[in-house]
Amino acid sequence: MKRERILMGHGSGGKLMRKLIKETFLKNLDNPFLSPLSDSAVIKMGKEKIAITTDSYVVSPPFFPGGDIGKLAVAGTANDLSVVGATPLFMTLSLVLEEGFPITDLERIIQSIKITAHEAAVDVVTGDTKVVEKGKGDGIFINTSGVGTIPEKISLSMEKIGIGDRIIVNGSIGDHGAAVMMMRSGFQFESDLISDCAPLYSLIQTLLKDNSGASSGIKFMRDPTRGGVAATLNEIAENRGLGVTIYENEIPVRDSVRSLCEILGLDPLYVANEGKVLIIVNRKKSERVLEIMRGHPLGREARIIGEIQEKPEKRVVLKTRYGTSRIVDLPEEEKLPRIC
Amino acid sequence: MKHIDEYRDEKVISGMASTISRRKAAKPLKFMHVCGTHENAIARFGLRALLPEWIRIIAGPGCPVCICPTEDIDLASQIALEKKAAIVTFGDMMKVPATDGSLFDVKSSGGKIHVVYSPSDAVSMARENPYEEICFFGVGFETTAAPVAAAILSRPPDNFSMISSHRIIPPALELLLNRDDVAIDGFILPGHVTTVMGYSEYEDFPKKYGKGVAIAGFEPADVLLAILNLVEQVIEKDYKVFNCYRRSVTREGNRLAREAIQNVFEISDSRWRGIGIIKNSGLKLRTEFQKYDAVKKFQLRKEKESIDLNPGCLCHLIMIGKIEPPECPMFGKRCTPEFPYGPCMVSSEGTCRLHHGL
Amino acid sequence: MCLGIPMKVVKIEENLGIVETGGVKRRIFLDLIDDVKEGDYVIVHAGYAIHRIDEKEAQENLDLIRQYLSATELS
Repeated sequence: MKRERILMGHGSGGKLMRKLIKETFLKNLDNPFLSPLSDSAVIKMGKEKIAITTDSYVVSPPFFPGGDIGKLAVAGTANDLSVVGATPLFMTLSLVLEEGFPITDLERIIQSIKITAHEAAVDVVTGDTKVVEKGKGDGIFINTSGVGTIPEKISLSMEKIGIGDRIIVNGSIGDHGAAVMMMRSGFQFESDLISDCAPLYSLIQTLLKDNSGASSGIKFMRDPTRGGVAATLNEIAENRGLGVTIYENEIPVRDSVRSLCEILGLDPLYVANEGKVLIIVNRKKSERVLEIMRGHPLGREARIIGEIQEKPEKRVVLKTRYGTSRIVDLPEEEKLPRIC
Repeated sequence: MKHIDEYRDEKVISGMASTISRRKAAKPLKFMHVCGTHENAIARFGLRALLPEWIRIIAGPGCPVCICPTEDIDLASQIALEKKAAIVTFGDMMKVPATDGSLFDVKSSGGKIHVVYSPSDAVSMARENPYEEICFFGVGFETTAAPVAAAILSRPPDNFSMISSHRIIPPALELLLNRDDVAIDGFILPGHVTTVMGYSEYEDFPKKYGKGVAIAGFEPADVLLAILNLVEQVIEKDYKVFNCYRRSVTREGNRLAREAIQNVFEISDSRWRGIGIIKNSGLKLRTEFQKYDAVKKFQLRKEKESIDLNPGCLCHLIMIGKIEPPECPMFGKRCTPEFPYGPCMVSSEGTCRLHHGL
Repeated sequence: MCLGIPMKVVKIEENLGIVETGGVKRRIFLDLIDDVKEGDYVIVHAGYAIHRIDEKEAQENLDLIRQYLSATELS
């Protein structure tokens, strides 16, 4: 097989993308800040710990139930800062517009950016606009970069994850990916399904600022976006050389997401989220963390979905409702609907 | 979800599993299913672990994507890249390797490739884009051939065409049963192929070949029910075709669907990837629908020989159940889900792909 | 092969039907089945109903499973 060209799979959060990062980006650009491949780079400047992140948004269509590309661009970048424990402060906004894109649509997107930035407590402090010829873009692409500060006492990292830790998710999985898929031309599905796209800042801050001691049990957080919960958990398993076990019966999935997945032959574990966070917590603190999360609007349906075990090394295992197991592999590329 | 959840109930499943393990057969048993969706259900729900050690379930040639010959994918690539028509197909087909790469590769080279859920979506695309050539790449067994036939009977506009890579199950099953090196004690038949075709065409199998046949649906209870029934057929040495999927399958099948297939397609000798040409196993467009035949429309010629199986690939033996994926020297080494070397590693229901994830 | 899901017919207009499960709806074609009415469940494959589920047959299917179970420990 020839694979010299960029395929859609290189941007899907799966194995192809990992390979590209390793063999093309890290090979040339490696440094101690980049190499952990965390959501945000954490940099020490004097006494201050700074988190910095960047992300591009190419969602199609730009408007979907529950959000739009503008809301996504702010929430996504703010979430990448929030999950490393940072307080998001400033954001940049870079637009690539295709000739012919309706200005009223742009206005709607910018208004949505304004509202979401307010919710995430960040200010858009600088920006850029480029226009490409008709046919050379898909209406609108957005890049945002974000900067935040991390309080001294907070230090989250994958390295801290150990055997016995619990895995918590703040609510139902797959909502964003399913909502967007429903809107795609060619599929023609309808439902009341909406994307979970939301800034997680206030939920995460509630947890980190809790002074009952719960926050000390939090070891690592990540928002399972592209590649879904399966991709994030596989990264943890591989990075730590440990096993991740999740329980089918504990994983919250909305009926509509489950139904769409049944119809299209997809697995909700691989479907993208934009308002979900996976939190790895010390077992002893897990119930308390769960309790705090459930007191927040974005965490009402929070559940412990699994735990870190010694084995099987570098693998994610799903315990089915029948007590049997199956391996949840890292997605290779974008999962497509199948008929057979 | 009605008609699904009843068949996933934990109590029912554990009850069936213990019923199966209490049966005693004189020797270890090997049953074959010929359906990727069965393999998918078995893997997804971890059903093999519920069975006693003396029962093995193996996957036969039941993934229409895996058996789709390279030459058909090469045709689709040629139509997209040289004829600049849009290829419209099911998501399953995108990653299958062909002579010059997969349809994903064709897409990255500028070919227009669209994934749809239904053949009717391809017809709608042709109606909505009258100045664009839309070529539907149809793969699948009888179940899928019926909707495709219905879409053709809706008289798509002149800018619509199709590649028919449809195959039918019985000739492949007969081919398997006629080999002496495949030791199978019974067959699990695909519930949706028989929903369309009925099961009368399999009725002489038990007598002719001395094997039990159980028709199964796709929920855990359906699959276990079929296994349980096959075990009993073996114990009682009373072989028959037993319908375990009564909410969907009848002896006669779906008359309208069968007629649609007959009206649109005729039976042809067809190639199965890795297996070769099987007599009377494919469906090609009848003369009155020739105007939709993409090969004729685009006057395609084969420019080079299509390579069905890469050297060293043992997919053909895996598909007939002769060997298990790990017995292939390529498995997990040169052939992985991200860089499939053989067709069984491609589709999410390909035997090797599923085995890799277990 | 052949992913097919039971969905409820909520609306019929000539050869088109709206089917629903778990709040997800899609317009499908009813060309391949007859005698279908609103409220029926059909098996949907690739945008077409390929079978109308008869409640009697569905019950028969469940009974078949129960027979096997009651023959052993659940009786």
